[in-house]
Amino acid sequence: MEVKQISEKVYEITCGTVHYKALNEKIKELADNGAEKIILKEVYGQRYIGTGIKQKIKIEIHGTAGNDLGIFLYGPEIEVFGNAQDGVGNTMREGKIIVRGHAGDVCGYGMRGGKVYIEGDVGYRVGIHMKGYKNLVPTFIVGGKAGNFFGEYMAGGRLILLGLNRKSGEDIVGDYCATGMHGGVMYVRGEVPQRFLGKEVKVFEITEEDEKILREELKGFSEAFNIPVEEIMSEPFTKIVPVSARPYGRMYAHRWGIASGIIK
Amino acid sequence: MLFKKPQVAFYPFMVLRDDYKCIRCKSCVDQCSFGATYYDEDLDKIMNHNENCVNCKRCEAFCPTDAIKVVKNPSTFHPDANWTEEAIRDVHVQALTGAVILTSTGNDKPIRNYFDHLLLDACQVTNPPIDPLREPMELKTFIGRKKDNLEFEDDGVSIKTTIGKQLELEIPVMFSAMSYGSINLNFQKAMARAAKEFGTYWNTGEGGLHKSLRQYKDCTIVQVASGRFGVDLDYLETSAAIEIKIGQGAKPGIGGHLPGEKVTEGIAETRMIPVGSDAISPAPHHDIYSIEDLRQLIYALKEATRYEKPVFVKIAAVHNVAAIACGIAHAGADAIVIDGVRGGTGATPKALRDHVGIPIELAIAAVDDRLRKEGLRNEVSLIAAGGFRNAVDVLKAIALGADAIYIGTAAKIAVGCTQCQQCHTGKCAWGITTNDPKLAKRLNPDIAAENLYNLLRAWAHDIKELLGAMGINAIESIKGNRLRLRSWGLTEQENKILGVLPAGM
Repeated sequence: MEVKQISEKVYEITCGTVHYKALNEKIKELADNGAEKIILKEVYGQRYIGTGIKQKIKIEIHGTAGNDLGIFLYGPEIEVFGNAQDGVGNTMREGKIIVRGHAGDVCGYGMRGGKVYIEGDVGYRVGIHMKGYKNLVPTFIVGGKAGNFFGEYMAGGRLILLGLNRKSGEDIVGDYCATGMHGGVMYVRGEVPQRFLGKEVKVFEITEEDEKILREELKGFSEAFNIPVEEIMSEPFTKIVPVSARPYGRMYAHRWGIASGIIK
Repeated sequence: MLFKKPQVAFYPFMVLRDDYKCIRCKSCVDQCSFGATYYDEDLDKIMNHNENCVNCKRCEAFCPTDAIKVVKNPSTFHPDANWTEEAIRDVHVQALTGAVILTSTGNDKPIRNYFDHLLLDACQVTNPPIDPLREPMELKTFIGRKKDNLEFEDDGVSIKTTIGKQLELEIPVMFSAMSYGSINLNFQKAMARAAKEFGTYWNTGEGGLHKSLRQYKDCTIVQVASGRFGVDLDYLETSAAIEIKIGQGAKPGIGGHLPGEKVTEGIAETRMIPVGSDAISPAPHHDIYSIEDLRQLIYALKEATRYEKPVFVKIAAVHNVAAIACGIAHAGADAIVIDGVRGGTGATPKALRDHVGIPIELAIAAVDDRLRKEGLRNEVSLIAAGGFRNAVDVLKAIALGADAIYIGTAAKIAVGCTQCQQCHTGKCAWGITTNDPKLAKRLNPDIAAENLYNLLRAWAHDIKELLGAMGINAIESIKGNRLRLRSWGLTEQENKILGVLPAGM
């Protein structure tokens, strides 16, 4: 690991094969001492980059970011020039992650705030159990296509799937999309065949209100990857929302006591 | 077609009221949260809907003239060892509803309690017992990763070895994970206060940490479960330790499900989900499908909190618990928590509560053995949970190899619970497992905290007396000391698993 000061508040770290513990310790130390931007060069899959930092610093990653990039993220803005692995933005609360490439499985798991933009494709179980509470609304945008269980158990937030640059015949999403979804909203560019969807959701055409939200949300994505919003919006979007906030009502009964038995 | 539903016709409990003693004060009507009793104005009489009675005994406690007794319905089903009352009732419920039977608290089946088959040793003649009232007796316990040996400075006295963060317990008993939502804030507040005053810890459960409880940071263990409710950097930092919940003794292998109507404003804010929305905890953590993945989350938590918090991993005691526990130790956990088949819960399908998992006594013995054999025992603390009833259970568990114990049900009973198995309904008449403001008010956190403190104090005295009788003056010396245990009425195989000799040998 080699640390270089570029200017007063900008540092460059050549990571190489350094262990993630040493690297993250260095990043935290620099952040604590007032660094505003840290450029990481030659990143070879080091894990947990960006976690445990509350300062709103910028982290640039050149190479391949390792698993759990920005897990529990609480402020930093991360940009990856390359691919990321599994768990991008896992249980994230605040900040932004931009990946100029593909990302792996379980990205955005339990995410409750902040923004994640992935330029390429994502793996399985992305955006599962995303949540929202009042003004904490997470946004996860996938530029390419997604694997199975996209948005499973989704409880809040906005999950947007664009499917740009797909080869012909390629599906935009895998099986069991939005199963168990009971909150939040999913927007998909183009149509999602019913066979991919869980039984807990319904598909709608987008309204004017939705279009406003989409344009607003896509602004950041468009800036990050230099794709005009109009171009993205040139195809119609589908909106997927849960049928009920209580998907598993009438599943359970009392053993005794309440005479009607069923728990409503 | 039946005239009445079988649940209504053949109710399990009934309220007996002595009309001569009853003064029509209606306090029973007022106290009953299950709608089992009402006042008939025309007759000027208190009447019952016995089919709604759950035997919580709230009315009995509040009757000023002792006019009420809640009893088991003397009208029984036909005696049949196979088709027991429970079996028949369950078929009735499921035939009418087509639903999974939900229940709460711990396993109520007569699964052998091995603690009741273990006996402690005492000193006679050849070595002296110790009187704990007049001689020093230490219950202090440290939870966390220890080193295999000590290294000294050149002076031969100063210790060179450093160890990671440890939890310091004045009694090897902590309050088990019970989430805000499954129980109310008054009960959490009481546990936090008692833990702080006594010098032990309480656990938030998976429902996040309410802002009013952040002041108890230093005695709080925060839990990270598959739903990740209320988990963010602030939450992780407001703790003495972090616990990853993989499983629970009362429902191994399944997730949790807090129904939407229980998600009130306070719970919504703490869990960070909308009011009225279901709080679903997935069965697995979807970022943990292997021991390597578990290691990844353990180190994610350590990285996030700058290696300042010990990380526990809680699992249910299942058949190959020893191998799993070894994996957890290898994965880097500072403590393994094992919850046995008698562990309690706020809601679980009855089939799982009663039939999945193994007793904690066997699990402790098996895990302790395996960790020793693999040379890992020092690297990890072992915390046992699941139906600990008294100080003797605690001491026997420690002699079998545990470092500390979690109590949940005992704490609940200490603040008034009568074990009526209705936690999942949110109608708890004693104000413990409900967030209905009117009912929750029934639990006074000051009195509850005092009760919990008293319980710990009494158990500490009990443990000291027992240790004294054994001639031991520190809890550390009984840990894993199975030579001081004997069994009665167990098979050779059971003795082998427990690592104890039968009484007389």
